[in-house]
Amino acid sequence: MLSVNQKAALVSLIFLLVALGIWEASSQPPKAQEALSEYELLMGGADQEARIPPPSAIAAKAWEELSNPFYDKGPNDKGIGIQLAYSISRVLSGYFLAALIAIPIGFVIGMSPLMYRALNPYIQILRPISPLAWMPLALFIIKDSETSAIFVIFICSIWPMLINTAFGVANVRRDWINVARTHELKPLRTALTVILPAAAPTILTGMRISIGIAWLVIVAAEMLVGGTGIGYYVWNEWNNLDLTSVIFSILMIGLVGMLLDLGLNSAAKLVQYQE
Amino acid sequence: MTAQFLQVQNLTKRFSSKNQAPLTVFENVNFSIAKGEFVCIIGHSGCGKSTIMNTLSGLDSPTSGVVIMDGKEVSGPSLDRGIVFQNYSLLPWLSALDNVRFGVQARWPSWSKQQVKQHSLDYLELVGLKGAENRKPSQLSGGMRQRVSIARAFATQPKLLLLDEPFGALDALTRGVIQDELVKICVKTQQTVFMITHDVDEAILLSDRILLMSNGPNAVIAESVTVDIPKPRQRGEIINNPGYYALRNHLVDFLVNRSAAKHYQEQKGPVITNPIESHLSSEIRTIASDTQMLSACV
Repeated sequence: MLSVNQKAALVSLIFLLVALGIWEASSQPPKAQEALSEYELLMGGADQEARIPPPSAIAAKAWEELSNPFYDKGPNDKGIGIQLAYSISRVLSGYFLAALIAIPIGFVIGMSPLMYRALNPYIQILRPISPLAWMPLALFIIKDSETSAIFVIFICSIWPMLINTAFGVANVRRDWINVARTHELKPLRTALTVILPAAAPTILTGMRISIGIAWLVIVAAEMLVGGTGIGYYVWNEWNNLDLTSVIFSILMIGLVGMLLDLGLNSAAKLVQYQE
Repeated sequence: MTAQFLQVQNLTKRFSSKNQAPLTVFENVNFSIAKGEFVCIIGHSGCGKSTIMNTLSGLDSPTSGVVIMDGKEVSGPSLDRGIVFQNYSLLPWLSALDNVRFGVQARWPSWSKQQVKQHSLDYLELVGLKGAENRKPSQLSGGMRQRVSIARAFATQPKLLLLDEPFGALDALTRGVIQDELVKICVKTQQTVFMITHDVDEAILLSDRILLMSNGPNAVIAESVTVDIPKPRQRGEIINNPGYYALRNHLVDFLVNRSAAKHYQEQKGPVITNPIESHLSSEIRTIASDTQMLSACV
């Protein structure tokens, strides 16, 4: 008898094969009805209109790209590994910069109802702004496209972390605070030994939401600033009319996003506690 | 009266809200506890027992009145007063050992790591948790959690131990076992204890004195009942004490029939009663009169 996991894997595989089969079949070029003229042969046979490349073409492309991911043949032709590395490094630097600021401020807001009320209106106004709307301002002030992209990541990942930290800190159980009080702990020690571990799961949830948003935003940001990165790569391949590469890079974006989320998820498991 | 170890003077707690008349939970609460004494407080829910306890611990401040411990006014939480909370209040991300260590470290910051660990382990052993020190609270049963909580409080060696209905959430069997352990530890350490309970038998088993609280609002401490049963006590044996049922009936009678009475509010302080003694002396009187009648017949 198969376990539920094995059954699920089997069903998953069947879905994949069916979907790929339909895709493969529907993207075959039509059979020529009559003999091709010399002109038609030169222009690519009966394939008069561009069509979505079949999975087999994408698999071949993936094999080609992934077997040599780090080549660099000038600004217009870099390996997928290099492009992803650029994007990941931008996401991580903007993200950790945001964490560095959001978590301490979230702590203050969570611990002080006064600060919460004072800062909440600004957070509510700034939070719904699309991170890309900051781009022109960032480019004008920073005068560097690379740093502007990092700034956009910073501004989009700060809010979930800030709000979750404040929420987690404000909702630490009164009993645990009382334990700290009856043991005469100083405020800083209370923050580090009681409030931080108590709020850590909520903070990590915020961090997980943030990394997801940051990875969504970096693609759009790199399409705008150009030069390097996976977002630029997608747009560049579109300009090259190379749909096979576009689809391949879409899959890679999904894969990296999943890995980032898994990383944060396992970090969250470390601080998780059961009441 | 000589200066007692803990004195509670004219303690009053009032909650005022905008639209309603202020609610007086309790007022003019006066009592004292001697060093090494075990005092229980019994009363119906809502009479402010927990508020009194929070005031003693310093977590809450009274509307008026003072608590004086060891000659100093209580003005905030202190390591001199250890607390065992009703819901254990263990930190769930720390193991049993680390929960105890948390208290020990706070109490003696200058101790070495080894010293802190050894001291914590000693106290876990004292409550019978040897071997479970690396388990998280979620992996412990309710009784075991409460033992960790007791170990944490005892390990800091407080001058006064406050127990807020510590066995309320436990089943009867577990409760019995931990009560016996508490009796043992208290005999060994001569700990001064103030405890809230709902359980009359538990109060008789553990305490030197039982404070009875009238119903709230405007609750007061109506009576201070002396428990005249020699220590150390055994659960199985105290029921054989000739005064046990007189005492028990007295307490139950208060809770069922008398606690709602309003006249307690006019009292200056708790009336001191000793049901065992009065029961025994009345019995002696009956025997004496029987003897008299007997001799008259002869």
